[in-house]
Amino acid sequence: MNKPAPQITPTGRPNPVDIVRASLKRRYARERRFRWLGATAVLIGLLCVVLLFADIILKGYTAFQQTYIRLPIALEAESIDPEGTGARAAIEDADYLALIRNALFELFPEVRDRQERRLLTSIVSVGAPNLVREYVLAHPDRIGTTQEIWVPATADIDMLMKGHINRDLPEAERRVKDQTLGWIDRLAAEGRIAKRFNTPFFVNGTSREPELAGIAGALMGSFYTLLLTLILSFPIGVGAAIYLEEFAPRNRWTDLIEININNLAAVPSIVFGLLGLAVFIGFFGMPRSTPLVGALVLTLMTLPTIIIASRAALKSVPPSIREAALGVGASSLQTQFHHVLPLAMPGMLTGTIIGMAQALGETAPLLMIGMIAFIVDIPQGFTDMATVLPVQIYLWADSPERGFVERTSAAIMVLLAFLFAMNLAAVLLRRRFERRW
Amino acid sequence: MNTMVETMNRVTDALSAVELAQERAFCQTVGDFTVPNPRMTCRDVEVWYGPKQAIRRVNLDIGRNEVLSMIGPSGCGKSTFLRCLNRMNDTIPGCRVTGSIKLDGQDIYDKKLDPVLLRARVGMVFQKPNPFPKSIYENVAYGPRIHGLTNSKAELDELVETSLRKAGLWDEVKDRLDQPGTGLSGGQQQRLCIARTIAVAPDVILMDEPCSALDPIATAIIEELIDELRANYSIVIVTHSMQQAARVSQRTAYFHLGDLIEVGETNQIFTNPQHKLTEDYITGRFG
Repeated sequence: MNKPAPQITPTGRPNPVDIVRASLKRRYARERRFRWLGATAVLIGLLCVVLLFADIILKGYTAFQQTYIRLPIALEAESIDPEGTGARAAIEDADYLALIRNALFELFPEVRDRQERRLLTSIVSVGAPNLVREYVLAHPDRIGTTQEIWVPATADIDMLMKGHINRDLPEAERRVKDQTLGWIDRLAAEGRIAKRFNTPFFVNGTSREPELAGIAGALMGSFYTLLLTLILSFPIGVGAAIYLEEFAPRNRWTDLIEININNLAAVPSIVFGLLGLAVFIGFFGMPRSTPLVGALVLTLMTLPTIIIASRAALKSVPPSIREAALGVGASSLQTQFHHVLPLAMPGMLTGTIIGMAQALGETAPLLMIGMIAFIVDIPQGFTDMATVLPVQIYLWADSPERGFVERTSAAIMVLLAFLFAMNLAAVLLRRRFERRW
Repeated sequence: MNTMVETMNRVTDALSAVELAQERAFCQTVGDFTVPNPRMTCRDVEVWYGPKQAIRRVNLDIGRNEVLSMIGPSGCGKSTFLRCLNRMNDTIPGCRVTGSIKLDGQDIYDKKLDPVLLRARVGMVFQKPNPFPKSIYENVAYGPRIHGLTNSKAELDELVETSLRKAGLWDEVKDRLDQPGTGLSGGQQQRLCIARTIAVAPDVILMDEPCSALDPIATAIIEELIDELRANYSIVIVTHSMQQAARVSQRTAYFHLGDLIEVGETNQIFTNPQHKLTEDYITGRFG
């Protein structure tokens, strides 16, 4: 391209066009630098997310399978139901551990030493007798026969089968000894060992034994806590926002309230836990470690978020809509509920979901109100003792057993799935409410 | 009720005039502000936004079946005055109205009079078309429904149809009543807003620059409509277009910096203004 010769204006100054042209290169370079920085930042961020997810999934995916051992268990009538009454109580009380041991001794008749026999028995999970009991209760007609039953292996065997225990280490440094390895290999060769889908992980409460520990208790705890938090915080938050934004007089008091709401959003969450402990448990005497108290504390914590987001949503509704409604003679409340609220709803839902996601991941305030307790039972309501997913993850991450490592990652995956489900619900809801104006 | 930003804008609009108004001596209205058998009478109406005065001692009658146009430079208080007539100013914090405004002999600022009832009798059409983000049918049916004006669905259907017919919109929308009102063109939206106002069967319709956001063709349609509506309603229209005031109104009021300078027959105002300020304005010397 031919560059026109720089023109000199009559005043002797260079032409403005030339000045602008000279600066263009520098301006564009600056823009390119900024774009490049942005793109790099996004890339680094994505990389970190991918790494995080890869790490969690790689560590955790094995937890969705569990090693089982198939044993030919003789369900002898004389040891299960000696009186032949068929009564449920009798069947429940029988010694199923003995049956399992007998089955193992049958398979390995050469093991006679007491110590060795104890070692042999330990390849089966301590939860196995329960499983056999349930099997018998479900099929009482099979008493007196020998049945091939899959029972869970103990966590060490599970880890061995999943390759988390290195066979090449010297025996002294290995959790599974040579003798046990021999038994396992023989069982495997006979097709008596298999990895199956880990149903217990999804239906059990937590346990000291990794192979028996499940997420169901924490999941239900989180569900009840969040449900109650939503029920409490959404109407209160939206109501407060409408009142403050549309009805409250503007004076020093409402200014003070506004400042305090903004400040509350930034208060460390553990402070809310202390408040819950002092007020709800200490003063009102509510049962500690329950979804009820947890939800109340989380409600206090989420309210500022919801109120701030809802007020912003109300503010963004064009005033012309309010005038239109007032102009045809709608009362203030009708104007709010018929016209303003439907338009502000998507923004309010977004705020609520952000608050709920925060509440779902919250650990600190729940520790203060006792939701860190070791609770095996799955909560059945708002006043049952419970724990929640993030606390469960924390507890498992803190456990020394190798089996809990993969379960921690698996629990994180469940938590993330829960979060994705909630966000999806929010997006769908928002799309449903969204209307143009 | 309104957001702070909106309020502040409105207040500052009015203030530019207000500050000047306070320095000037009160200006007596030229012309006869009364009409025989008025629908609304306003006497010594003054409006303050906080400590600032926006309207000074305005006396004005609004007749039956007439179109009264209010003209004047920006910030002269004409919109403020219009919004007093159905108490829309109530929603602005710090706004104070004194004097008396009567609708059929009843003071509308009386404590006993409900502003909701007043607004059902004095409807308003705004500067920017503001249909509800609902269907065309719902837009028109909303007013009658909240006031309980109809007893059955059939009656409501009929009312919606008559209102849309009166607004000259029926033929254009009768096949798509369930579609959003916001999907119509600007002119159609404004007629929808007029239909929505008519549906409540008001006595007076206030229009705040109803054509300022419309093209000339849509404006012509609305002006024609205003002329037809005169048969049944009293109409007060604020406009920046002097041609529009000349075309649609029978009487014209000229506002200047918070004072009602001159009021009279539209013909007379535009051909033979009595006051110097009116003459300057309509001849285009300022404004």
